[in-house]
Parts: sequence; C-alpha cells; structure tokens
Amino acid sequence: MSTVKLTVNGKAVAVDVEDRTLLVQLLRDHLNLTGTHVGCDTSQCGACVVHMDGKAVKSCTMLVGQADGASITTIEGIAKGDELHPMQAAFRDNHGLQCGYCTPGMIMSAIDIVHRYGGQLDEATVRHELEGNICRCTGYHNIVKAVLDAAGRMKVSQAAE
Amino acid sequence: MGVEGIGARVVRKEDKRFITGKGRYVDDIKLQGMTHAHFIRSPHAHAKVKGIDSSAALKMPGVVAVLTGQEIVDDKVGNLICGWAITSKDGSPMKMGAWPAMAPETVRFVGQAVAVVIAESKNLARDAAEAVVVNYEELPAVADVHAAIKSGAPQLHPEAPGNQVYDWVIGDEGAADAAIAKAANVVKLDVTNNRLAPNAMEPRAAIADYDSAEEHFTLYTTSQNPHVARLVLSAFYNIAPEHKLRVIAPDVGGGFGSKIFIYPEEMVALWASKKVGRPVKWTGDRTEAFLTDAHGRDHVTHAEMAFDANNKIIGLKVKTYANFGAYMSLFSSSVPTYLYATLLSGQYNIPAIHAEVIGVYTNTTPVDAYRGAGRPEASYLIERLMETAARQLKVDPAALRRTNFITQFPHQTPVIMAYDTGDFNASLDAAMKAIDYAGFAGRKAKAKAEGKLRGIGVSCYIEACGIAPSKAVGSLGAGVGLWESAEVRVNPVGTIEVLTGSHSHGQGHETTFCQLVAERLGVPISQVSIVHGDTDKVQFGMGTYGSRSAAVGLTAILKAMEKMESKAKKIAAHALEASEGDIVIENGEFKVAGTDKAIAFPMVALAAYTAHNLPDGMEPGLKESAFYDPTNFTFPAGTYICELEVDAGTGKTSFVNFVAADDFGRLINPMIVEGQVHGGLVQGIGQALLEHAIYDANGQPVTASFMDYAMPRADDVPSFNLSHTTTLCPGNPLGIKGCGEAGAIGASAAVINAITDAIGKNNLEMPATPDRVWRTIHAA
Repeated sequence: MSTVKLTVNGKAVAVDVEDRTLLVQLLRDHLNLTGTHVGCDTSQCGACVVHMDGKAVKSCTMLVGQADGASITTIEGIAKGDELHPMQAAFRDNHGLQCGYCTPGMIMSAIDIVHRYGGQLDEATVRHELEGNICRCTGYHNIVKAVLDAAGRMKVSQAAE
Repeated sequence: MGVEGIGARVVRKEDKRFITGKGRYVDDIKLQGMTHAHFIRSPHAHAKVKGIDSSAALKMPGVVAVLTGQEIVDDKVGNLICGWAITSKDGSPMKMGAWPAMAPETVRFVGQAVAVVIAESKNLARDAAEAVVVNYEELPAVADVHAAIKSGAPQLHPEAPGNQVYDWVIGDEGAADAAIAKAANVVKLDVTNNRLAPNAMEPRAAIADYDSAEEHFTLYTTSQNPHVARLVLSAFYNIAPEHKLRVIAPDVGGGFGSKIFIYPEEMVALWASKKVGRPVKWTGDRTEAFLTDAHGRDHVTHAEMAFDANNKIIGLKVKTYANFGAYMSLFSSSVPTYLYATLLSGQYNIPAIHAEVIGVYTNTTPVDAYRGAGRPEASYLIERLMETAARQLKVDPAALRRTNFITQFPHQTPVIMAYDTGDFNASLDAAMKAIDYAGFAGRKAKAKAEGKLRGIGVSCYIEACGIAPSKAVGSLGAGVGLWESAEVRVNPVGTIEVLTGSHSHGQGHETTFCQLVAERLGVPISQVSIVHGDTDKVQFGMGTYGSRSAAVGLTAILKAMEKMESKAKKIAAHALEASEGDIVIENGEFKVAGTDKAIAFPMVALAAYTAHNLPDGMEPGLKESAFYDPTNFTFPAGTYICELEVDAGTGKTSFVNFVAADDFGRLINPMIVEGQVHGGLVQGIGQALLEHAIYDANGQPVTASFMDYAMPRADDVPSFNLSHTTTLCPGNPLGIKGCGEAGAIGASAAVINAITDAIGKNNLEMPATPDRVWRTIHAA
C-alpha cells in the first residue's frame, strides 16, 4: 500500500492504494469518476483516455504511482459548470456518439489532438490521430466531423479568453 | 412535421449524460457489500475436467467462495437453451448438445468456464483464480467445419453424431436443378463468410443481488432485451419465478446482437449471489469478450446461379455449412436458416431457389446473431454471384442487376418472404448518380496511367427487418412471439412518460420515440421521457435487435398514444361542451375544429386526474398501453457502390468514394438514421478488409485481443455519401422499414466487388488484407 497524492479535476486527492492499482481503477473505484471507461485492457481502444498534466494518456495502462503528484483531468472535469466544453458540444451537435461508451475517451483524445495541432486539422490528420481510439457504433464519420467542428469552436473560445 | 416531430434532425436528449461522463453502465454500479467474480476458464478447446482443487485459493485473503460446474448442476440450474427449433430434412429435430452454465465434466471451447472465484475485490478474485488447480485431460479438437464433418473427426456431443446440428432445406430442389440443367449459362461460386467478433465497446457485465427475506433477485446486466432475459432465466434456468426476478439493463455500451443472449455469466452471478448471500459483480475483460461473446457469420458456401440466354436468372442452388461453435446459442439456429436462406432471392426475380444448410459443431466459441444475422451472409453471396455473373457474361454489373430486379409488388419469393414494396431501380439510380458511375471508366484509365489499380463495386441488398410477425415466426419454430409493448402515462401536469419494451444501447430511442409524441401532440420533447430497460417499470418487451425498434416498438407506442388521445379527446369534448368528433389536436391544445375554443393538453391531463368533471362512467386517469404485433417483416433495401484503389506493390486498399442509397421507408430522425448507416457500413467494411476471428486447427483462438483482431479504426475507413429513396412500408401505420443493420448487410460485397474489379481477378476471400490481395494479384 502507498499513499498517492494527485490533483483530479482541480481537487487535491490523497488515497491509500495497493501499488498495483491502475490509474483507471483509482478514478473509477476509489473516486467514483465512472465516466472513464475500460474497453480493452491492452491500450488499444482508448475508452480510458484522460489528461495528465494536459496530455492524453491511457489510464488503463498507467500505475497510480506514475501519476503521483500529477494533475489529472477526466471527462467529468472539462465542462465549466453547465457550459459544455466545445468538444463535448461538437460531439452532441454532430451526432458523434451512439452508445456513449467510447465517447469520454474520444473527447479527451480529440481535445489533445486539437491542442497539439493548434487547431490546424484536416480530415486525414484527424483520422490518423484517432487511431488509438476505437468506436464500434459511429463508423467514425460523425466523430471526424465533430473534431473538425470543435477545432474551429476551440479557436474561437480561446480567442475570446 | 414540427421542429421536433417526425423527420426532424433533433440532437439527442441522451447525449448530455454520455458527453459529461454521467452515463450509467453496469460496471459503474456499486452495491453495498458487493463481491466480485472471476471465472476460471478452460485453456483447452476440448478436454475432460478431471478435478478442481480450490483448497489453496480458499485460504487466500478476501476469498469468499470458489464454486464449480458440478455445484451449479447439483443445484438444478438449467442448461442453456436454443429458442428456435429447426427441423432437418429427414424430419428429425436439431441435435442439441447439453450446455451447463459452467462445465462439470467436459469443456468444448477455449474460454468455457469451469469454476468461479468470489472475492472481496476484482484483483483478489483474480489472484485466487491463479491458485485454483484444474486437472484437465485433453481431447482431440476440431475448429473447421469441413474437418468436423469428416468421418473420424473428434466428436463434440453424444447427442449430435457426426457433429451435425441439422441438415435443413428450403425451396424446390427439382425446380432449381431443372433450371440449372436448361440454363444458357451457369455461374458457380464458392465463398467463405468470415467469422467475426461483435466487439461492442462495453464488455459484458452483470451484478446479481439476492434478497433472502423476499427471495427476490435483482440483476443489472448488459442486455438488449431485459424482459427476454428474465423470461429465459425464470422459465428455463430455474433462477426464480418472474415476479421474484427484476432485470435492469441500464445504459448499455453497444450490442450488435451479442447482448441479446443470456450467457452463463449472468446465470452464475445470480446463483452465486444466493450462495454467498451477498451481491456478486462480474465485468468481463476484452479477452473474455473474444472468448465468450457469441461470434457472428462463419459460413462456407457453394452456389450455382442459372441464367437464360437473355441474362435473366432462372434458378439458384445453394449449399451452406454453418459453423455454430461448441454449443447452440439462444437464437443461433435461426440465423443460417430463416434469417439467411429466406433472403436468397435478393432484389431479383428468381423463379426457383433451393438451399441446404448444414449446421456443424466445432470446438470454438458459439456463433449467433451479429448485426444483420444471416442477411449479410445472404446479401454477400447473392451480390458476389451477380458480380461474378456480370464478369462471366461480359455485361455491365449494374445493368445485369437491373435486368433482374423485382419491379412489381407485392412479390412472393420462392423462399417464404413476400416483399411488400420497394423501388430497386430508384436506389440503384441514386447511387450510380452519386458516384458518377458513367465516369468511372475514365477515372480507371487515368488511375492506370498513374500506376494504380482502380475498381468499382456495386451491392444491391435487401433485408427482412421489423422482426417479426409472431404467428409467422411461431410456425417456423420460434419459441417466442416477437411483438412489442408500450405504455403511455400522462402525468396530472401534462408531462408524458412513455414506457417501451424496446431497449436503446446507442440507437437514440430517448430522442426518436419522443419525436412521435411531439408530432402527435405538438408538445416539446422536453415534456416527454422514455422509460426502458427495467422489468419492474416496463410491463413487457421483446427488446431491440433485427432493426425492429422503430417498425415494431414505435408502432406499439403509436397504438398506445391513439388510445390515450381518444380518451383525452372525450375529456376535452366534455370540458368544451363539444362533440368528440370535432376535437383536433394542434400545438399542444385540444381544439374544437373551426372555432377558437380550445383547452391546453395539461388541463386535459389535470381534468383526468382530478376527476371532478369527467364524462359519465369514465375512469379517472390518463394512461394507456398497447401490444403491437407486426403483420409482416419489413424490407429495407438499397444500393451501395464503392470506388477504391489497390496498390499492386503492397496489396493495400484505399477508398476513393463510398455511396449509399437506402430505402428505409419513413425516417423519424434522419441524423440518427445516417449514424446507424455509417456504423453499419464500417462493420461491413471491417468484415471485408480487416476482421477475422481465427482459430488454429486445435481450436486455439489466435485473435483474442485488439492487438490481434483488426478492428476498423478511423484511418481505415472513408467518410460516406448517403442518400435516401423512399417507398413507405405498407405493413405499419408509420411506414417505417428500419435502418439498424443495412450498412453491415450491404457493404462487404461492394468492397470485395470493387477490389476484384480493380485487380482483375474474381477469387478473393474476406478479409481482403493487403497480404491476401497481394497474393491474389501475383498468383499464377
């Protein structure tokens, strides 16, 4: 057992966990943040993607100890109160989700993609960058549309800040 | 249509919880005192279980119990059933091998459970499972259908000599043989329809909670049909009578057929929860999904299609071997028979058809319905045959299809189905226009000049959906009726709850079903909520599969709405001192036609519940229910055309364009319909290019994770160009045909037809991986 201290969605957290605990287990089982999902256990599907210090990571393949001292943002932490993050809004408006299971990971990966490319994205780039996130429902068509749409919205909202 | 009525592109009501991480899937639920289950599964494809030593595991920290297959048999939990009886051509019933929830004596596929560890946490259960010693005596195994039916092959079940489940026939063999004998041309084709793993993104999960005081069970599970689960668990598996068993399927992360079935894990969780006196949770991991979720497809087929001198089809003869895996899953028997062979007429006038289907046991994961279920196999076969025929007869593939299209409706095929309506030329025209079919030759020549092999492939599919008319399926062996139920509850303040037996696991019912209410009453959809997925709330239901929720489930809601509206009109007429026949419903008001007299819907609702001034003899309240049984299947149909390029140096396929022209009848929400098509198309493309659940000759699965099984990813597939041609379905009042499976049914043939066109060689099996395509190009 170890005590791990980290920040999750802006709140300081200190928990005693078994050393083998995965970051996703900490989020789901200890902190009840069940928006982060497990879809494959092998780092392939991306349902578990969260942000660690602003970068997308697969929380099913990271021990909690590796996140000691880090700042974690999950799907529950990106909206500002009732105001959705532009990526969340774009997924809804473009019907970029169906069953919703891959959606949190998709959204967290997509935000990271937009940041890394400074919003300069085209369809081929989005498709290539999403290769670590599997969706079985949408055929990706509307996810790609949503990410491109959000890239524009995020630029506008950043400019406004 | 209003802004939120039928035909409107309304964004989904359910999305907010999913995009904010507030969805509630089974694994998100925690119960007080909950324990965790981990199954001990066979590493062998075929073996005797000689002994299970759990003594070391029982001493480990946090272990509550280790339960075995013998104990579940001793407790008289029923064997798994197959709910559709198929009769062989010799009149004998299908041969069912016994399938206990955990194997007491013999395991017949890798992954079959023999015992379960119940512990205080998931990790502790896994740790203890490592310490359970199972002594197996390995037996010879067989994974391939042809190997399984050879004499001397390892035998799976004493009940099924020769590993044969059934040998079933449909149609007129004499007529088909005669057509082939007199044909000007006969086109022959051998095709394999590759085995697929459905892979809904949410792994299956179950939480069982037994209340010993009430002798009552609650099961939270990843089900597409919680009432069917309760029925089967109660009537056949002896878990508890129905009134003592509540099944809840909350948010479910995709199904595609694989979550129709009632699996051993749910049965064991329920049984174990009573055994240990605490709630038991099991959540599968992805490899367990590959090993235990029912797989799809896996046919090997030889077909011969006969043409006359005018290129008209005069007969079709088909022989299919269907691999069922080690056991008959819940609806498996119907998939390669009544859901496959009945669609072998495709969109074409074929006067004589005969099909023989031989079901075979192998030491592999059971096979059952996966998106399309039988219809993709039929569509792929027919559309590969048509393409092969066009090449052999040296005619344009689109023109050959047009020559043979059914154009008069209703049309009785020789294989049971009576197509009610359609316009196959219209969807072919729309798709050809969308892809500029006429300009393809020029594009192909240009690509050739640039060193690229370009191809185009057409696929004209038809499917039977809206499953299903109960009397018809009952006469064909189904163990259940396939109607749907609904209840409309108007609250005293005029808000509306619609309870439905359909289940949404991505389809967006919480939006589309509200749109019907908005259409009829003119109320905003925010005033309506859809309740589903809980046997304690919803009176009954057959669930969601077979593209049935709109055609059958929504029609049941319409029937309940009509009853509710009829009563509400009586109340309004009484209040307005008008004749009931003069009341019309507009924009949320009940009006006397042609006057300015009106009463708002909430006031009608309030009047129903205050009951101070109702018509004489009327019961208070405003709540109606209905059961709707469809009169026929529905027949969505359409044309998909794919244009692509193949790199001759690597065998890699790149999409240039993919167009879809579908006829789904009336669309409730085109945005959601398009989403269904996109997803289906990618599952069809996945089958054509990437996906294959592979076993070695000894029955070891070699594709049991996403590292090994090629799921379609965003950069494997194109964006799509969709359009709709519409003939309204005459079989239901809304004119709906259904859209959930079309993409998966029609897409794979379009892709393979295009690749084989590009490379100029017709023999190519799915998945057309770069390796396989390269070998085909370079084969002598």
